[in-house]
Amino acid sequence: MDVRAQSRQAGWRTAAYTGIGLFTLFSALPFYVMLITAFKRESDLYDPQNNPFWFTEAPTMANLDLLFGNTKFLTWLLNSFLVGALVVIITLILVIPAAYSLARLAGRWGETLGIGIFLTYLVPPTLLFLPFAKVMAFLGLQNSLWALVVAYPTFTVPFCTWLMLGFFKAIPRDIEEQAMVDGYGRLGAFVYAVLPLAVPGILTVVVFAFTLSTSEFIYALAFVQNSVQKTVSIGVPSELVRGDVFRWGSLLAGALIASIPVSILYTLFIDQFVAGLTALAK
Amino acid sequence: MATLETRDLHTHFGQVRAVDGVDLDVKNGEFIVLLGASGSGKTTLMRTIAGLEKPTSGDVFIGGRLANRLPPKTRNIAMVFQSYALYPHKTAYRNIAFPLQASHMPADKIRSRVTWAANLLSISHLLDRRPRALSGGERQRVALARALVREPAIFLMDEPLSNLDAKLRHSARRELKRLHRETGVTTIYVTHDQVEAMGLGERVAVMNAGRIEQIGAPLDIYRNPVNTFVAQFMGSPPMNLVLRNGTLIGFHAEDFFPRGRGPNSEDMEQLTFRVVQVEELGSEVLVYGYVAEDEREPPPEVLATLPTALVSGYIAEGAEYPFEVPRPAIRHFDPVTGLRKD
Repeated sequence: MDVRAQSRQAGWRTAAYTGIGLFTLFSALPFYVMLITAFKRESDLYDPQNNPFWFTEAPTMANLDLLFGNTKFLTWLLNSFLVGALVVIITLILVIPAAYSLARLAGRWGETLGIGIFLTYLVPPTLLFLPFAKVMAFLGLQNSLWALVVAYPTFTVPFCTWLMLGFFKAIPRDIEEQAMVDGYGRLGAFVYAVLPLAVPGILTVVVFAFTLSTSEFIYALAFVQNSVQKTVSIGVPSELVRGDVFRWGSLLAGALIASIPVSILYTLFIDQFVAGLTALAK
Repeated sequence: MATLETRDLHTHFGQVRAVDGVDLDVKNGEFIVLLGASGSGKTTLMRTIAGLEKPTSGDVFIGGRLANRLPPKTRNIAMVFQSYALYPHKTAYRNIAFPLQASHMPADKIRSRVTWAANLLSISHLLDRRPRALSGGERQRVALARALVREPAIFLMDEPLSNLDAKLRHSARRELKRLHRETGVTTIYVTHDQVEAMGLGERVAVMNAGRIEQIGAPLDIYRNPVNTFVAQFMGSPPMNLVLRNGTLIGFHAEDFFPRGRGPNSEDMEQLTFRVVQVEELGSEVLVYGYVAEDEREPPPEVLATLPTALVSGYIAEGAEYPFEVPRPAIRHFDPVTGLRKD
């Protein structure tokens, strides 16, 4: 009996680890392909006889030289980071008061308004970039990074407002009223009692707004043509594909390097992020 | 410490008159209980006093000062919510210190105040813990300490015992009474539990549909309810009501005796008791049934609580017995309006 239970447990464990192992392989494979391709010679890459998952010819640094030497890759990285950071700040400044007022001050219209705001997120950028191009022209932001700083909040703010609305609703009203009885006004109660409890939601917003704005493609393609103003997501594919020549080694090296900060961000906040999204599902 | 007065206070939510014309005078240092079923407006009345709800009309005076337009923070009130509303991200110490920090008290003074409150409630050993790591009773003590630490003018409590189990509730009730004796702070206490109301209140205000039906000493309300609502609400068990000769007569379960076994008196009202169920609880016996003379159809249930020694082996389920009630214990009510007639 004991032996059977033990062997059954071992069986379950093997099955679980096999499943996890396969899934890890599946998730890690793109990163592995990016990594190995970044160091492959083109002749190695284009020969179908060669093993795609290992080197047949000796590794090379030529792809990285091209990426860092002949393109503005570092500038693009910085641009992406700058746009991401600014969009996060703008999003937080707009979203926190908006979501709080919808959750607490707007009465029963709050919920409906929140859903209405969320619906604007569902309008696809492929439709919106045309009118936006007019707006950018009016603002004098054509061919500038600032166009993206203006455009990205249009999709981060609606979604994040709706996200934060859920977080603020989950915070008991009592706690806020207690703070108001304990000697604070509404603002003080918000800062000292509500905001600390909303930190998981705020971090979710930070991660979401940052990754969404660093990986955005359509607006970046439509609004920015000047090489030094490009972000990674548009710089890499537009300048490493020349005509019909794909510089695969450099392309994938660029993609790999750009994904590192995002994966660090995710790794640091993954628990909060998951908690944030599952809190919404409740 | 302060007095509290409300004058023709109304708080409406749309068509709902949650508080519908309340006049209340609470003396300095008094412990007053607002008693009512859920939806009777007692919590809204308390929240209006606290400034968390705006009155639709009428006035609130705290310490003789008109408080209608004052925000909660300047009313110098402390409140214990039903949920305790402890700040989950702060330790017990920082929870208790929070109202003092809000008033910019120097740190060493905060420390001594928190220590004082923690000692008063015997929670000094819990000060490093967060609310999550505290039991229900401990949370309640932290919430009380946080309310007391600032020496408020008025202390508002919204069903602070309802989340405790029965045993803890009993000891917490005694504790609240002790705290009130030691601090002397004017206290308004909201509950739906009339045992708490009887045990705690110097005066009790029975609320129904946003109005105060009756206000007075708990025993006085118990013995002399002004209408059938109060009669049925106050006391455990509530007053028995029997319709006889077109009048509702009310009497308490402990005044309902088998004939010849009650107090030796000539002045007795005779009734026939049809017993449906008997519960022997040890010291007393609960006898459920109805009165045969009741003119309502079907007759509502009537209860007699009798000392075990008086009826042991005498009362059987399904049988009919002659019972009697001392006439001085009987109250008369109008069957239409429900108001007292004597």
